[in-house]
Amino acid sequence: MTRYIIRRLLQGIPLLFIISVVLFILMMNMGDPVANMGGRRVTRSSDYQRLTRQLGLDKPIYLQYVYWLVGNDWTKTDLDGDGIAETPGKRQGILRGDFGTSLVNRGVPVLEVISERLPNTLILMLAAEVIIILGALFAGVYSALHQYSAADNLITTISFIGYSMPIFFIALILMTVFAVLFKRWNLPYLPTVGMFDPEVGKTTGQVLLHMILPVVSMSIISFASYSRYIRSTMLEVLSQDYVRTARSKGLPRRIVVYVHALKNASLPIITVVGLDLPLLLGGALVTESIFAWPGMGRLFLYHVDRADTPVVMGILMLIAAAVIIFQIITDIVYAWLDPRIRYES
Amino acid sequence: MDNILEAQKKIATLAADELETPPLSLKQLTWRRFKRHKMAVAGLVVLALLILYAFGGALFVSEQYANYNDTRLSLGAPSATHLFGTDSIGRDILARTIYGGQISLLIGLFAVTIETVFGILVGALAGYYGGWIDSLLMRFTEAMLNIPEIFLLIVMAKFFGGKIPELTILGRVYSGSLVVIIVIIGLTSWMYLARIVRAEFLSLKENEFVLAARATGTSDKGIIFQHILPNCVAPIVVTATLGVANAILSEAYISFLGLGVQPPTATWGNMLDGANQYIESAPWLWFFPGLLILLTVLSINYVGDGLRDALDPRGRAI
Repeated sequence: MTRYIIRRLLQGIPLLFIISVVLFILMMNMGDPVANMGGRRVTRSSDYQRLTRQLGLDKPIYLQYVYWLVGNDWTKTDLDGDGIAETPGKRQGILRGDFGTSLVNRGVPVLEVISERLPNTLILMLAAEVIIILGALFAGVYSALHQYSAADNLITTISFIGYSMPIFFIALILMTVFAVLFKRWNLPYLPTVGMFDPEVGKTTGQVLLHMILPVVSMSIISFASYSRYIRSTMLEVLSQDYVRTARSKGLPRRIVVYVHALKNASLPIITVVGLDLPLLLGGALVTESIFAWPGMGRLFLYHVDRADTPVVMGILMLIAAAVIIFQIITDIVYAWLDPRIRYES
Repeated sequence: MDNILEAQKKIATLAADELETPPLSLKQLTWRRFKRHKMAVAGLVVLALLILYAFGGALFVSEQYANYNDTRLSLGAPSATHLFGTDSIGRDILARTIYGGQISLLIGLFAVTIETVFGILVGALAGYYGGWIDSLLMRFTEAMLNIPEIFLLIVMAKFFGGKIPELTILGRVYSGSLVVIIVIIGLTSWMYLARIVRAEFLSLKENEFVLAARATGTSDKGIIFQHILPNCVAPIVVTATLGVANAILSEAYISFLGLGVQPPTATWGNMLDGANQYIESAPWLWFFPGLLILLTVLSINYVGDGLRDALDPRGRAI
């Protein structure tokens, strides 16, 4: 097993390398980060050139990539523009854990910018994920047990609609009903934007209240594919011999379904969850922008808009690395739960 | 009555193999199975109506009218003159959903064309040649899959953005960003198809007909495109159909974030850009384009589902 894990981790390295090269090339046309750095316009052209040199933006792209990857503390750069490289570089490069510093928030390390927002995204996304999994398990199992019944057809139809629904549409509908109309009808209504009411402060109750609409919107969308999946794996397992055996030896139906069948039916679901979990890091771009939730998605959009390459690269590389690591974890968990699977032979 | 008797006589004189009905072609078989999926047929009907709405509606409303803005009329509620109301600068939303629908549907279609061509090329080359070509292409595919699609779309929209001038096709002016959106949606969605095509090629290339083709001196190009590719049409058709729905959704998302097709060209997606500022005052702003997107995506997904059932070789019986 250890050898398998090491091999998988080693395979991830070239993958991350390819991803970083592709992304770095795509970053080159993001716009001019110096033009409106830190919210101010740089007007004097000498300032402009000095800043460009300081940030290393005057270097050719391959050199910028090398500096980003391994740092530039092994070489000297020309800061005063006289053609002689005199100042030793300070960057350590992403390989040594230095993600660089943000261009928009001058000098703030990228990891600090990200770690400020990450918890906000995680509470939102994890809450949604838990609700999605529980709801989909319930609906999927129920659907499978009552195949082709009215309830099954209803669940299937709803999940098809949810699957086809653009998230902003359901979000706007929920906002209109639970915030606008409820307010008009003098009912207790839900807040639509932000993470807490600035007048009340960031209390647990406030955050929970503000979470309801985004979490429900995301759940409705993603619930669909999970429950369809669970329904089909459950149907497959229910028709197997061991389930018939369990039933015929007189076990209560509940135990057969929830202990014997569900155990095996949930194996493939672990793969789906394992592939989805790392994507939660990035947050839901559209959901976060509609509900003005201060998470990773909006952080990403904000810094893309201002051509803040280090932050954008940092976010994307973290997600890519998380995807790779979670794929390995998923495979390991899978082998651990299903003794028929052996990676070493 | 005479006719029936005559026909009966005729049948009695027929030989056994003449009695058999001719075998159904793949198309007939597929259609027969597709018809049994009620929701898929309903989806097909709704889709036809939507296409009629977007392209037939253009006969009644001119594009100038769709782009005509009168700020005095801004944010007007649905009324007899403006059935769907007016938007924040006073344009008629009904007219814009018609022209926006054309663009959204065309984006879906063209983006999927790019996706399919790219996916088939990568998948076929990787699956057919194997070896280092396969590992290189598949590593690249995997790398693209590791970045969530919406992030990739935004980065690409930035990369290609603001370069292409306005286009005039058939007397109509389109924002250059339209081409950008089509290309980037195509370039960020081919990966699944490539994997499917590769898997098909891996098993199909071991068949005897490939060996026979090779023995008669058929070129690699001929084997790939004329001998193997026609055998994996079914999964490609299903993936491409569902791809249209995905492309329309992607366009809506990226336009909703303001990075999509730029006005005055309307799409269902960019009509929603900024609509969340008016949830209290003008819900018609987002309701109609949003509903049209939902209906389109839903009906395409049902059609795709029906096609999958109809084309699945494991269940192919009449």
